[in-house]
Amino acid sequence: MAETHKPPEKFTLRLRRYDPEAGEAPYWDEHTIELEPHRSVLEAILQAKDRFDGSIGVRCSCRQAICGSCGIRVNGEPALACHTHLDAAKRSAKDGVIEIEPMGNMPVLKDLIVDMDAVHWKKIQRVTPWLIASQPVPEREYIVSKESMVDVTQTMGCIQCGACVSDCLAMEVDPGFIGPAALAKAYRFVGDPRDDEHEVRLRDLAEDPQGIYDCTHCFKCVEACPKDVNPMGQIMRLRRIAGNDFGIVDQNNGERHEAAYTTLVKDYGLNHEAELLPRSYGGNSWFGKFHPAAGKELLSSLPIVIKGVLRRKVNIKIAIFGHKLPKQDLKAVQAIYDKVEGRKERYELNLYITGEDEPKEEAAPLAAAQSSTEGSAS
Amino acid sequence: MPAHDVLIIGAGLAGQRAALAAAQTGASVAIMSKVHPVRSHSVAAAGGINAAISVDDDWHSHAYDTVKGSDFLGDQDAIEVMCSEAPKEVMDLEHMGVTFHRNEAGEMDLRAFGGASMKRTAYVADITGQALLHVLYEQLMRHHETVERYEEWFTTSLLKDDAGRCCGVIAREVRSGRMEAFTAKNVILACGGAGQAYKPTTNGLIVTGDGIAMAYRAGAPLMDMEMVQYHPTCLLETGILITEGARGEGAHLLNSAGERFMEKSAPNKMELASRDVVSRAEQIEINEGRGVGPDGAGIYLDVTVVPRKRTLEALREIVNLGRDFAGVDITREPIMIRPGQHYIMGGVKTDVDGRTPIEGLYAAGEVACVSVHGGNRLGANSLLDTLIFGRRAGEHAAHRAATMGMPSVDTRPHLREDSAMIDAIIAREGGNGSNRRVSEIKNELGEVMNKHAAVFRDEAGLQSALETIGRLKEEAGKAWIDDRGTVFNQDVLGAIELGFMVDCAEATVVGAIERKESRGAQFRTDFPERNDEEWLKHIDISLDGNGEPQVSYSPVTITQWEPEERKY
Repeated sequence: MAETHKPPEKFTLRLRRYDPEAGEAPYWDEHTIELEPHRSVLEAILQAKDRFDGSIGVRCSCRQAICGSCGIRVNGEPALACHTHLDAAKRSAKDGVIEIEPMGNMPVLKDLIVDMDAVHWKKIQRVTPWLIASQPVPEREYIVSKESMVDVTQTMGCIQCGACVSDCLAMEVDPGFIGPAALAKAYRFVGDPRDDEHEVRLRDLAEDPQGIYDCTHCFKCVEACPKDVNPMGQIMRLRRIAGNDFGIVDQNNGERHEAAYTTLVKDYGLNHEAELLPRSYGGNSWFGKFHPAAGKELLSSLPIVIKGVLRRKVNIKIAIFGHKLPKQDLKAVQAIYDKVEGRKERYELNLYITGEDEPKEEAAPLAAAQSSTEGSAS
Repeated sequence: MPAHDVLIIGAGLAGQRAALAAAQTGASVAIMSKVHPVRSHSVAAAGGINAAISVDDDWHSHAYDTVKGSDFLGDQDAIEVMCSEAPKEVMDLEHMGVTFHRNEAGEMDLRAFGGASMKRTAYVADITGQALLHVLYEQLMRHHETVERYEEWFTTSLLKDDAGRCCGVIAREVRSGRMEAFTAKNVILACGGAGQAYKPTTNGLIVTGDGIAMAYRAGAPLMDMEMVQYHPTCLLETGILITEGARGEGAHLLNSAGERFMEKSAPNKMELASRDVVSRAEQIEINEGRGVGPDGAGIYLDVTVVPRKRTLEALREIVNLGRDFAGVDITREPIMIRPGQHYIMGGVKTDVDGRTPIEGLYAAGEVACVSVHGGNRLGANSLLDTLIFGRRAGEHAAHRAATMGMPSVDTRPHLREDSAMIDAIIAREGGNGSNRRVSEIKNELGEVMNKHAAVFRDEAGLQSALETIGRLKEEAGKAWIDDRGTVFNQDVLGAIELGFMVDCAEATVVGAIERKESRGAQFRTDFPERNDEEWLKHIDISLDGNGEPQVSYSPVTITQWEPEERKY
């Protein structure tokens, strides 16, 4: 059996407090509690609240990671308080004291309580979050495949805790980004065969400059999610369905940019910075390079490029002439493309369904192939 | 001052379903909840929802199973309504967008559940309640123009006019601390059970009997309050629920000798006997020294007999719960569980349209007692109960609203009274030895209930519990808190909730003392037999003029199934 039934130990919590009525800045508040090490951070907060200070503000209810109330930050990382063990939290603390703060990207109302309506729920409302059922409505249930309903269960499993929103880097830079939770919710309808408006939804989310192409693939939401919803993975699926299945080419160039990246990696084995912009605007043809929009975009990005060069993040030679991979390696990369592109149907790897340690035929090379396409647009 | 045709308190499944139903008739509807609707405890219902939708099934069979499960205390007219309307209700939800899992033919798949004579439980993996709740909330977002939402508003009391009709509520906006009076032609209580009166419980921290206590204080009778369900499979240490779906998929219960002990008490249904039977069987194994784990206080639930792929697909949530809350991979090894407080069959007495004896006041879901569950609720009947009677209450209230004008009542005295009550709690001094913290009193209440009003009960234990509750009631009246603020003052709300829980606990114990027989979840070791002659009746509890519980009886409605011996 795992680490249960160890005797209680002392743990110190450092809580970020904020009292909106005091007219003072947020401050830190420490409490030492005593609990078995495998108990949750929520139980620790509640013990402090019950024994020492009932004014500590924290939303919570179920204590089993299903109601989604207790999203917080533990040692700087987003988490559900009830889903984080004290011993693990202590291990990840920088000085042995477990640091507890409210979630990010949302205004703090009091202590650990944030305004989810102002951010999270507004974004959910943005994606038309209800089924627009295909007509006519049958007398009994819609007949749909077993797999399709298991598939959308992954996004149905989202408990709206806000952990992914809290740490979304794209949202930090662009608060208008629809964001991981709402886009995962969008997949719940796009992946649902009973919904009648897949194309309308996808076009809307692709054309919105703060929609599916605004994600920067940082994986923060994937790590933050306590329910394995894999929000970024759902965003990538929305892109694949929009681009490959419906041929939606958005006016913000998200789709072409991603396609350019993918073909560049196929041609060169790695990204070719100098080619990326022209191809993103002009496609793969030679003339495309002179697309006026590409020049404009290049001009506007020059300050960033120069900064990159000065800070030695950009190597001018490689940026202009591209990477040179040994022939064998390049062939290996291209073999992946051949294999994936040679498939009759796109294979959507869904670890939620297959289980992570259940080796499935072809699972490994596919995962590699997918991460190369997913790691594309920037 | 806000005024609505239908005001719903509580935004779990019953409340949201009531709101949608009322709004569809064109009534002006508002739904109020002390938490955001998707945090409501319906979210934790895992296993599924019962409905005779299979072509081989018949709602009469579902109704009979429910009557038998209730140990013949359920009202058969209400059970007929619930079971006959179930298939259409489930189809309506499917059309709204619930992602019910399918069989190979693409139809809704059904799983086995306790006390059922065939597979009739529709499900979404083991997050059925969550899927239903979130889909209903999608509909509330869709109909945001017709259903007004008061999210994070705490209801403190019900308003009545001079004629004794319910005409609104007083509530506090949690975020601002602002007190407000809401007028309404009808109020529907849909704010859940009272599980937090027990410790431990599978119920969330928000499940504090608010609606039951507010109705009781307003003069509505409570019914079947002694019937408290212990779920057979809760994690040994934390009391977290493991869905009955696990046994539905084939998992076994084992004692320390590795025996499937259910053979003794339910040779036919084994692990899928009804919950009261399984919980009792487990408790006997534990009491007689055949338990597992520390102090032999647990039982093994063995899910490894279910194919691993099936477990990952259909029982995903409990795989995670086992890993995260007990450190066990349930697909590889058995997990330790025990019975734990889970559900109260009793509640505010209603008819099949959700009406309470107070005009203008309705109740639906766990807060209500129709009674469809009688002495013991079958697994996967609670979601059904919330939706059927939530919808019916919403429709009935909306139709009633169309026949009347907005009540005119001077709400100011009530508003002042509740504001003063809250101010007084906030102003209480503490820590001088004359009073206790809310959390201490709550803990003691929970422990007393779990000791004396649990799976096995007797006169002496119940009397001592009643005595303790009397003391706790007094202490709760002067308990002190820390938070002096107005914004998100959860502390003061906790003090009010404690008062609600004490009232519910008292009614439960009074009912349990009164019922001198063993039926369903009530097992009296001093009266171990069912006694239809004297006790085939409901126990109703109302507050008398002195604020003391008063017991009366009401008959059980029997339509087509005469009581018989109950065997599984």
